[in-house]
Amino acid sequence: MMVKTYDAIIIGGGVVGSAIARELSRYQLDIAVLEKENDVCCATSGHNSGVLHAGYNNRPGSKMARLCVAGNAGFDQVAAELDIPFRRTGKLVIGFDGDDLRQLKRLKQQGQDNGCRGLCIVGRDRIKELIPDVQGEYALYSPNTGVLDPFQLTIGLAENAHHNGVRYLFGQQVTAIRRQEGLYHIQTTRGWFVSRWVINSAGLYSDRIANMLGVEGYQINPCRGEYFILDQRIGYLLPLPAYPVPNEHSGGLGIHLTPTVDGNIMIGPSADYIDQRDDYAVTRPVMDMLLEEGSRIFPLLRREHFIRNFAGIRPKLTGPGCGGFHDFVIECAPQAPNTVNLIGIESPGLTASTPIAREVVQLIGERERLEEKCDFDPLRRRPPRLRELSVDEQQQMIRENPDYGQVICRCELISKAEVMAAINNPLGVRTMTGIKYRCRSMMGRCQGGYCQTRIAEMLLEKQGGAYDQLLYHHDGSNLFYGRVR
Amino acid sequence: MGGGPAGLAAAVQLKKSGVDNILVIEREKHLGGILRQCIHDGFGLTRFGESLSGPEYAQRFIDEADRYGVESVADSTVIDIAPDKTVIAASRHGLSIYEAQAVILTMGCRERTRGALSIPGSRPAGIYTAGVAQSYINIKNLMIGKRIIILGSGDIGMIMARRLTLEGGQVLGVFEIQPYPSGLPRNIQQCLNDYDIPLYLNRTVSDVHGKSRLEGVTVSQVDEKLQPIPGSEQFYACDTLILSVGLIPENELSRKAGVRLDLRTKGGIVDENFQTSTPGIFAAGNVLHVHDLVDFVSLEAERLAAGVVRYLHQELPACDIEIQPQGLTHTIPQLISGNRDVELFFRVTRPVSQAVVELWQGDKKLTAKRLPKAIPAEMMHITLPASELINKLPVKAVVVNA
Repeated sequence: MMVKTYDAIIIGGGVVGSAIARELSRYQLDIAVLEKENDVCCATSGHNSGVLHAGYNNRPGSKMARLCVAGNAGFDQVAAELDIPFRRTGKLVIGFDGDDLRQLKRLKQQGQDNGCRGLCIVGRDRIKELIPDVQGEYALYSPNTGVLDPFQLTIGLAENAHHNGVRYLFGQQVTAIRRQEGLYHIQTTRGWFVSRWVINSAGLYSDRIANMLGVEGYQINPCRGEYFILDQRIGYLLPLPAYPVPNEHSGGLGIHLTPTVDGNIMIGPSADYIDQRDDYAVTRPVMDMLLEEGSRIFPLLRREHFIRNFAGIRPKLTGPGCGGFHDFVIECAPQAPNTVNLIGIESPGLTASTPIAREVVQLIGERERLEEKCDFDPLRRRPPRLRELSVDEQQQMIRENPDYGQVICRCELISKAEVMAAINNPLGVRTMTGIKYRCRSMMGRCQGGYCQTRIAEMLLEKQGGAYDQLLYHHDGSNLFYGRVR
Repeated sequence: MGGGPAGLAAAVQLKKSGVDNILVIEREKHLGGILRQCIHDGFGLTRFGESLSGPEYAQRFIDEADRYGVESVADSTVIDIAPDKTVIAASRHGLSIYEAQAVILTMGCRERTRGALSIPGSRPAGIYTAGVAQSYINIKNLMIGKRIIILGSGDIGMIMARRLTLEGGQVLGVFEIQPYPSGLPRNIQQCLNDYDIPLYLNRTVSDVHGKSRLEGVTVSQVDEKLQPIPGSEQFYACDTLILSVGLIPENELSRKAGVRLDLRTKGGIVDENFQTSTPGIFAAGNVLHVHDLVDFVSLEAERLAAGVVRYLHQELPACDIEIQPQGLTHTIPQLISGNRDVELFFRVTRPVSQAVVELWQGDKKLTAKRLPKAIPAEMMHITLPASELINKLPVKAVVVNA
């Protein structure tokens, strides 16, 4: 029996793994992505602030700084090619006293050293002009910071990679890797695979995969950050991200405020080292703290504006003892030939994803000749969104496709056409959250109260009515136990 | 806007009053609103003197609407409404733009979510609001769980406790954060007591466990500030958590029409004609304030219809006498003209017995009504006699101990 030998297998289909898949798919290579979950943005890639960072927060000379600045500069093109919702909003880092101002100037200098452009210190009047409802005496204004949809970015990268020939395989948790006669034999929970190259972009589990490859000495320390999401109705309060200067005197974390590209506001994240790498629970003390802080900053806020909370987990290489940041590890270890290990890709991993991927391609290209494809297609399109169209455009869309006239998600104004496109997604993802990430249904203030039953019905129809196979998210997250009659 | 019990009753009453050019816009395939999934009985006790199921009650009005030739479009979702009463609805046939002299808001309400309550813990499958669970079981024929905990003793939660039990589920208990139940006494009897389902007061869910599917919840006792008491935690193994923690009038469209909302009810501020702050836009039913008896919804919608008729004949007086509730959650209406008697509807904020609700204007007591026993779950009413009013100052509606 012939087992296919891949040129490269990428372990981990998050934003980094999928960016790598896309970059590698420009070349004549047989590539597969092994993803342990049922979709591509299930871990860190789908649980973050969705910010395109400018790069002033990173240590000059670090990979983080270099790749973040490159990612920021190149994102207009990525967003255009992959049709990613993105707004270059700018950002304010806000301070109140002389100490803060010194910090802000330091940040500005660091940013300039890293190659960030347009950074400037502004005063109270400009702060008031930009965000009338937020207080501050001084701020660092970063014009190139932006906000994007991290689900759409990860999915867009993956779908384009898939379009260009990359195979995506879900539910494939890697359990062991063996090198034999110059090839890697990769054992997963569902089978085994053979490949010449192994790319480890396993995020929270990248240290474990590295160990399987004989690359030891790295330890991922999961650090959880909790967020609150606020109703779009008050999104107007925050036109651009506003972060406080980390202030040693006040001792607090300082609460970050980030608008989402869809008009919600996110408060958070917190930062707590935890034991389990998949413990996405939200906790009472942190939620109380975020609620209090949010209400202090926006006195207009009411309890009813808080529509949801969630947590993300940072794959940090620094532990609770030292805090701070360890630089990205992107390396070809000599003891594991033909591998690239990406370890500790926390923030700014989202921003840096495509430059990181290009770094990986370069590392591979230094060791073997890569032949470009002549038919690589960089473009990926999402279906038009009813809510973004003018009345005339809506009328036209419905005429062409009546599914556009059937509203499934009332809160976010999402049509059946968009939900059907999400269900018929090219990667074959069939979970309820997979549909949610792709079309935004169930993300509104009623949290699926209206649309969930309809989407479940549509998914069931797609899957031939097998109620026991409909999953919410992970394996084992069945929604139904059977039919009533 | 909305072909549920409120919309249908208003439409029929308008037809009976000689208003002919009416359209009911309904987003579902069928008329009837939320009643369609409420297959339990108890509807229509005061209206018809019978105990009907939700669909049966709705059908009475659907049949009458048919008899009177009420025009309706189904599978149509209103996506925009302007203060000038232009309404845009989307359907598979395209966008329809309607211009109306009057718009009646009867969109009902949505459920409060886990996210809105910020219940801590993981996010596995198996957590449903009661209405969603009801829809899965009653409309989609899908069984959602086996071992069930219900948070909130609202009527829908209790109805679902019984429903799940009847379909073979094991309901471990209903947990209520307040020191008193939030639903009707008859539901406590007929849904919980009759099925030996325990009701625990002063409790809340303080943690959720399970990665893929729910594995259990932690229940804590709460103090008088409704905060969990550390040390009182108890773990319940279960695979399903049903949330029945409040209904919120669905007024996103109302806001687009410039309708001012009452922060207490989350519904529109209306006068005795059920006209909102936007002239020609009226509201009734759950979109105005959450009801416990659909019979009252129908009555309210019929009173609204009378108001619309007066409006169309340009016979609406100014309504600038404000009603100010004290010890009550709210009153509907919030504004009156003082020209005629008005039925004021209200709820008490906590259970009271041997109390009196009084209406005062300045130093004058206008009227009073004995409340031998009043609970927040039951909407009550009192007639405000116009003849007693002395001026245009606000009327205070207060609950006092007898």
